[in-house]
Amino acid sequence: MSQSYNRGTVEDFGRWREFTAGMWAWIFHKFTGWVLVGYLFTHIAVLSTSVGVDPASAQAGSDLYTSTLSGLESLLIVRFLEVGLLAVAVFHILNGIRLLMVDLGVGLESQDKSFYASLLLTGAIVVASVPTFLGGKLV
Amino acid sequence: MAQHYSSFDRGGRRWLFQRLTAVFLIGVLAFHFMLLHFVNHASDITFLGTQARMSQVSYFATMWLFLVTATFHGVNGVYNALVNQGLTGSQKNAVKYMLGIAGLLLVVQGTRVSLAMTTLV
Repeated sequence: MSQSYNRGTVEDFGRWREFTAGMWAWIFHKFTGWVLVGYLFTHIAVLSTSVGVDPASAQAGSDLYTSTLSGLESLLIVRFLEVGLLAVAVFHILNGIRLLMVDLGVGLESQDKSFYASLLLTGAIVVASVPTFLGGKLV
Repeated sequence: MAQHYSSFDRGGRRWLFQRLTAVFLIGVLAFHFMLLHFVNHASDITFLGTQARMSQVSYFATMWLFLVTATFHGVNGVYNALVNQGLTGSQKNAVKYMLGIAGLLLVVQGTRVSLAMTTLV
């Protein structure tokens, strides 16, 4: 007979000390998903500055879209937020690949190890990307 | 026997579409980040540069599909997360329609933005 485990529900966050790797993966995936969907709405709002751009000011580089993006990029806090966004996106992608594998029944026995691997790889990619994100002109 | 535990209804199509859009988004999100942060630095982006990229049919189509699939994946994901938290009955229906309308508005505005960035139309 197969063994059954009652780990309780992951929504009961008060017992977080008892959570297993898979439960943490679930929580991180939800959290990063919330951040990404929030960013998607914000991103389209910012890019809406491209609607009705005057061709002459676009040629001169003084249009609202260009000045809004370069204005945001000139703020150091925005560069750090971009690094945070990269971390969130990379983890969601890597853990998403892990979830697809789990759904296909591939590597189920190592689903905890693949979660730790997703975390480590996210950390490595983000650290390696910091110079790129903080580089470029910063007023 | 292990208990069935899922964010989705049994037999529903939302689970399948969430997975199918995920496969597409894995590639496109990574490509989007690479192109607009590593190949072209975000601080160097100008309207004319954006217009040049968005005026290629394949790039325009990829970005528009990115908008539609990301909106579906995000809004469907939020809905399922809320259902996980125990949302039921009329509240569940209200949230479903609100998220559906928000998603639709995002796609409409995103399409306006895409068209404003291209010389294709």
